[in-house]
Order: sequence, then structure tokens, then C-alpha cells
Amino acid sequence: MRLVTHNLLQCHVKGCDTNNFPLELSEIECESQETDFNPQFLRTMVPKLEWDALVRTAMKLGITTLPDKVPDTPIQELDEKFLRNLHTVLFETHIQQGKMTCPNCQHVYPIKDGIPNMLLNDNEV
Amino acid sequence: MAYRALELLNLPPDTTCYILDIGCGSGLSGEIIEEEGHVWVGMDIAPSMLIEVALECEVEGDLFLQDVGQGMAFRPGTFDGAISISVLQWLCNADHSSHNPKSRLTRFFSTLYSSLRRGARAIFQFYPENDAQCELIMNAAMRCGFEGGLLIDYPNSKKAKKYYLCLFAGSQVGKVEMPKALGEDGEMEEDDGEPNQIVEQTVQNNDENPSKTKSG
Repeated sequence: MRLVTHNLLQCHVKGCDTNNFPLELSEIECESQETDFNPQFLRTMVPKLEWDALVRTAMKLGITTLPDKVPDTPIQELDEKFLRNLHTVLFETHIQQGKMTCPNCQHVYPIKDGIPNMLLNDNEV
Repeated sequence: MAYRALELLNLPPDTTCYILDIGCGSGLSGEIIEEEGHVWVGMDIAPSMLIEVALECEVEGDLFLQDVGQGMAFRPGTFDGAISISVLQWLCNADHSSHNPKSRLTRFFSTLYSSLRRGARAIFQFYPENDAQCELIMNAAMRCGFEGGLLIDYPNSKKAKKYYLCLFAGSQVGKVEMPKALGEDGEMEEDDGEPNQIVEQTVQNNDENPSKTKSG
């Protein structure tokens, strides 16, 4: 799972509707996989991101290259250096193994071979 | 079918979009989504299928092991569109004693609605068992806020006939217009223009297969 997708993910246990984001990562193994740089797509994704959560999650994985805030310029004017760095963090950082824990209900979603297991128990749906 | 579903999504031209593939199986639709220049996330309930895709390094989509009848886990407005090939009818089954098809459909559609950008579409190619099942599915989708209807390509052909449930997640500009069904020689017939209805299209004498089919 790419880091971008983690930023868009929240807990979906029934009734767990507040404080259910971001899912906290632990025991994580990451892999870096190169992929094509697409500035247009990055620009459309920036408004969808929860930046603070992204920065905190990246820190946890030892990635310290992100600025605290998105540069205060219109999306179309974000410079290439910023976008290239963001591309590496969002689209080339793959979480291969580990756990994601909901900060609210504490449900643990395991990640194995890059695939998060989002299945819930009967009493959680 | 994945090509047709993507076409029905009506995505803006020359723009990379973030697409959800519900019931991605072994990633055949995902490959097509990539080919069309989009980025995708797939989910499936079968771990063996997913692992097969994961080992196939050519595919770039993120994969989730998920039972969509339990709802989905994406923040509001995440996806620019969703497609699903040959999956929806399974949601109507009660595989376990705890499964209630109606509540599973409702949970599925309500969390899908929320995960789509306003104005985005979700296109489901599926094999309905009967009219009652179509109605069950349509009613669940409409109750969750979707507009749209059923599109039947090549309705008079046994082989090429295909059902597509076309759903719109709010904020369409102006009146919601259903896409047109495919007929012979590209001939198309107007639907009745009414959203929120099952639209039965009648086109004569067709045997051509509209798109690449996938097995399984």
C-alpha cells in the first residue's frame, strides 16, 4: 500500500465515526518502488490530503523531507522540487508489512505482503 | 467490459484520476485502468487472487482484502470514480447466517457514496438473477443518495447483452442524464430521460460483442 492511500484511509468499524483517522502505523516494513512522476495528478491529490497526518506518519517511517505546511501558493504554481519530493513520499513509499490501529476503537488492521486486511468481525458491522 | 465501464464513468479527458475497483479479482480491470492513464485502488474478498496480483509486479494499484458488504474505509471525497465488474450480484447472497443482503447493500452503497467526490460516478457491470434483485439493488443505492439507473447494452443479444448500473454521487450540473446504451452500428436509442428509474432500452437485432470480455 502506497503512503498516499494510507492518508485517505479511516476506520470503518460500524459506529466508529469520530477520531478514526489516521490509522496508526506500527511494526512497519517499507519498500521503495519507482514509478512515473505525474505533476498533474499530484496537484489534484494535494487538496485531498490531510497534511498534518501525512507529516506525522512520514516521520514515523523516518521520512523527514516534508515541510510542516503545504506551500502557500495556488496549487497550479507548486514548484517541481516540492512535487517531486511529494511524489517520492506518496507514490514510491510502499508499506509491505505491519499493523494499522484505529486511534478510536483500537481495531487492528494487519498488513501482509503489501495488502491491508480490512475484514471486520461480525460484532463490528 | 472494463473499457465500457471506464467510458461510462465519463472522466475528464487527459486527466489522471483516482479510481476504485470493487472486486478487482486478479487485476485485469486494474491493468486497463492503468493503460488508460489512471491510478487505482482495488479490493477483493479473495486473498488468493490478491496475492497473485501482488506478486505480479507489473500492476501498480494498491490492494485491499475487504468484504465490501461490511462497508468501505475511505475518507469522504477520495475517489474520482468507481468501477466494478461482475461482482454486485454476489452482495445479494447470504453466505453466512449473519448476512442480511439488504443491510449489506445499504452499508456498501452508503460508504461508497461518501468515498466518492461529489459529481463522480460508479459503474457496475453485473449479472442480475431477476427483476426483484435489480430492484433490491437499485432501491438500496437510491436510499443512500445515488441517482442513476440501469443501462442495458445489446438488450436483444443473448451473448452480448450486458447490464450496467450507473450511479451518480450528487452534484451533477443540471439534469442527470443517463448514458446511452450500445446498439448495432453505433446506433443508439434515447432513454426516457427520467433519472431514478430502471431504464429498459430497446435496440433491434444485435449480436456484436461491445467490448473485450474477461473470464471469471
